[in-house]
Amino acid sequence: MEERIELDIRVPNSTCYLGMIGHIGEAMARTLRDYHGDREELAYHLNLVLTEATANAMKHGRSQIPETPLRITITVAGNCLVIRVFDQGRGFDFAALPCQDEHNLPEHGRGLFIIRTLMDRVCYRKSNGGHVLEMEKKLD
Amino acid sequence: MNLQIENLGDIVVIGLREERLDAHNSTDLKSQMLNLLETGHTHLVVDLQDVRFVDSSGLGALVSGFKNATARNGALKLSSLQPQVQSMFELTRLHRVFEIFPNIDLAAASFQG
Repeated sequence: MEERIELDIRVPNSTCYLGMIGHIGEAMARTLRDYHGDREELAYHLNLVLTEATANAMKHGRSQIPETPLRITITVAGNCLVIRVFDQGRGFDFAALPCQDEHNLPEHGRGLFIIRTLMDRVCYRKSNGGHVLEMEKKLD
Repeated sequence: MNLQIENLGDIVVIGLREERLDAHNSTDLKSQMLNLLETGHTHLVVDLQDVRFVDSSGLGALVSGFKNATARNGALKLSSLQPQVQSMFELTRLHRVFEIFPNIDLAAASFQG
C-alpha cells in the first residue's frame, strides 16, 4: 500500500521555532518507509527548505494580527512530498530573485534560490486571503 | 547566541558554539562582528566547528562580516566547516568568495603571509 503521511503544523510567528520545524523535516526523511536514496542528504535538504520557507513567511507574511500562528503542511503520498507554508501578509515578489553575483555579494536573497535548487517544483500563489509557498519533491 | 571570542595576537577568533546558524541567531553574529570591526579588530576568523546547519540568513551574516572587514582593509576567514555546511557554500558559490581553512591554526597562520 502507498505510504501516506500528512502533517498539519501551526507555530507562533517567532524564529525561535525554526529549529523545531527543521528537525521535523529531518525526522520525516529518516522515517520514510519507501525512500531508497541518501536519507541524510534528504534530511538536510528538508531541514533547509522548511527553515528557509518558514523564515521567509515570518518575515514577509506577517498577519495584521501578530498572534496569528503560521501554518505549515507536509504531505507524502507515495513518492511525492509536498511542503506548503501559508502566510497571511502582503507576501513578496516571487519572480524578483536576485542573481547569485559573486562580485556584488548581496546579503539577502539566497533563500528562494536554495529552495528552487533543492526542490523539483516551487510556486507561490494566493490562498484564503493570504499566500502559500508550495514546494514539491519526487522521492525517487 | 553562544559565542566564544579568543585573541591570537592581533587576530580574533569567533567560535560559534551553536548547532544552527539561522534567521534566529544570525543577527547576533552580525552585530558581534560589527562590534569587533568598529573597535579596530579587523582580522577575524569565524570557526564553524560546532555548526551543523547554516541557512541563507547565516550566510548573509557572514557575507556582511566579510564585506565590513574588507572595507576596513581587514579580512574575515572561515575555519572547520562540516561537510554539509561546506556544501551550502558551494551551492551558493560563496566558497569562491571566502577563504576557508580546515582548522583555526591554518586560518590564523594565513594572516601572517
